[in-house]
Amino acid sequence: MKKRPLSVFKKIYLALIFSFMYVPIAVMIVFSFNESKSRTVFTGFTLNWYKNLFQNDMILQSLALSLVIAVLSSVAATILGTAAAVGIFSMKRRPRSAILNLSYIPVINPEIITGVSLMLLFVVFKNATTMKVFGFPTLLIAHITFNVPYIIFSIMPKLRQMDVRMYEAALDLGCNPKQAFFKVILPEIMPGIVSGFLIAITYSIDDFIISYFTSGTEQTLPIAIYSMTRKKVSPEINALSTIMFIVILTVLMIVNAKDSYDEKKNRVRK
Amino acid sequence: MKKTLSILLAALLAAVLLAVPVCAYTEVETTDYDYTRFKDANITLNVYNWGEYISDGSDDTLDINKAFEELTGITVKYSTFDTNESLYAKLKSGGADYDIIIPSDYMIGKMINEGMLEKLDYTNIPNYSMIGEAYKGLDYDATSEYSVPYTWGVVGIVYNTTMVDETVDSWDMLWNSKYAGEILMFNNSRDAFAIASKKLNMSLNPTSTEDIAMAAKELKTQRDVVQAYVMDEIFDKMGGGEAALAPYYAGDAITMISDNPDLAFAIPKEGTNYFVDAMCIPKGSVNKEAAEMYINFMCETEVALANTEYIGYSTPQTEAQKLLPEELKNSPIMYPSEDVLAKTETFNVLPDELNAAMDKAWSDIKTYEKNGNSYLFIVVLLAIIAAVIFMTWRKAVKKKRDQY
Repeated sequence: MKKRPLSVFKKIYLALIFSFMYVPIAVMIVFSFNESKSRTVFTGFTLNWYKNLFQNDMILQSLALSLVIAVLSSVAATILGTAAAVGIFSMKRRPRSAILNLSYIPVINPEIITGVSLMLLFVVFKNATTMKVFGFPTLLIAHITFNVPYIIFSIMPKLRQMDVRMYEAALDLGCNPKQAFFKVILPEIMPGIVSGFLIAITYSIDDFIISYFTSGTEQTLPIAIYSMTRKKVSPEINALSTIMFIVILTVLMIVNAKDSYDEKKNRVRK
Repeated sequence: MKKTLSILLAALLAAVLLAVPVCAYTEVETTDYDYTRFKDANITLNVYNWGEYISDGSDDTLDINKAFEELTGITVKYSTFDTNESLYAKLKSGGADYDIIIPSDYMIGKMINEGMLEKLDYTNIPNYSMIGEAYKGLDYDATSEYSVPYTWGVVGIVYNTTMVDETVDSWDMLWNSKYAGEILMFNNSRDAFAIASKKLNMSLNPTSTEDIAMAAKELKTQRDVVQAYVMDEIFDKMGGGEAALAPYYAGDAITMISDNPDLAFAIPKEGTNYFVDAMCIPKGSVNKEAAEMYINFMCETEVALANTEYIGYSTPQTEAQKLLPEELKNSPIMYPSEDVLAKTETFNVLPDELNAAMDKAWSDIKTYEKNGNSYLFIVVLLAIIAAVIFMTWRKAVKKKRDQY
């Protein structure tokens, strides 16, 4: 079959879709270099916002907090979620579907309900123990809570694809259950774990509503940006978003480049 | 190719990170006050302030929190809120323990009424004496026991001199059909109702539901000429010449005028709202004395000066007022004359039933014309149910078919 060049219509359609997705980001990047604070008129080129960004302790601290929370909560949620997924998978059919549906609820539940209910729980705990719990610990617990289901649901399909007999074979060949888990099951479901982990990090950095209710006196990046909206949102935020976008793009490119490099190598070997 | 590109990008990023000089200054001349007594006590103060409402060291300004940390050895954990109401919600729910908060006048009054604030020990805040007498003992804290003023200002009309050729001296201008579609309005009920009340020569603190109904009627007639109900979008809309007239806070008007010299600011003759944001200590603060030290520090002349220059709002600290550049000190926008101030009013705490009436009237105004909004919910709900039924039915049909 010969590859036909894309028809004009297809090209326009493709351009439309991509501009729909990327024009906002392009605008944001352009205005991070804008000399004045205006969000509508481009008055001149400057790198000042980048310079200011690295002097703005409030933004940098909230960024650091967001990143720390994202990594810690994703690691914890990945461990919990992997164990849960394996456990759920080996259940009998009925309890399994019941538990799976139960874990779906936090995902489809509006975030605000999760946020408020977590906050109420923490308030009860705080009043009962008179401990100053609000802050980092509550934020971390909240993020782990909403991350676990995403991990479970990205691992479940991998478990289903896996041949159960491989595990049995490993036992037959002398592994104890622990070894069999780490040497056979874990490598099999690794892609699911990794993608779950990445999803969890993204959701955690992204989250505003749940963090808003559970953060106490801490401030994550989305909260810091939101509270700037009474006055003008400073273009420092554009600068920060631009840097984050470029970092993510870079990571993606490195991963892709590595993949295609590996593929080439494999092909040569064959 | 991809790889070289990504390496280039990474290098660029690293270069940006490295090429950052740190140049904000943090040293402050202080009055005779023992700022070092908590040096080794390892105290952390949680400060909750409006967004972008403190001099933070950008553009070679004073980094106040850092200066305080270096001077006292106390760690400042600074976070920000966007409205008085979200501050209230956060404190009321018990979801946070702050040591210093900076709400506006009416919210302070409400919090005092509900017993949410700690009485201040003014012997720990000697700089309170430098706060002008005119800003003390206002209605929201009549006995001056709970708060220390931080900034103040008035509400007026920002207008574009190239688009408006009449003299702007009355709230009527915001109802003028000549400028239909070029008028912006506050997107919060309290400020919007205050303007309508002042236009009717009433107090901006309604005493009955009739007052509210009259103001609401006025706001409804205004809807036809209003381009949009906005808050901070005003900066862009006025700066870019998209609108001719807009009511806003004096301190922000100064910022807008310096960005776009075509703009001007007028305080209407009917009188206006006079607002104060003040520092308070909420109940539950464990480091009350350190918090009072922070408040005292904020009233230091150099600190207050840095703040008022950074934020653009007027300062109640009289020594700092004297040190301002001439054009600001004598600016009728930032420091209006006695005659103008005589006609201003502060917001008082409204009883719950009036607050509820105002909220309801406000949502009526904003949804007015858009009838059938309440049906939308039911329609959507029915559509979802129908979709679910349809899908289950299809599934059942398919299953039956597959059995054969």
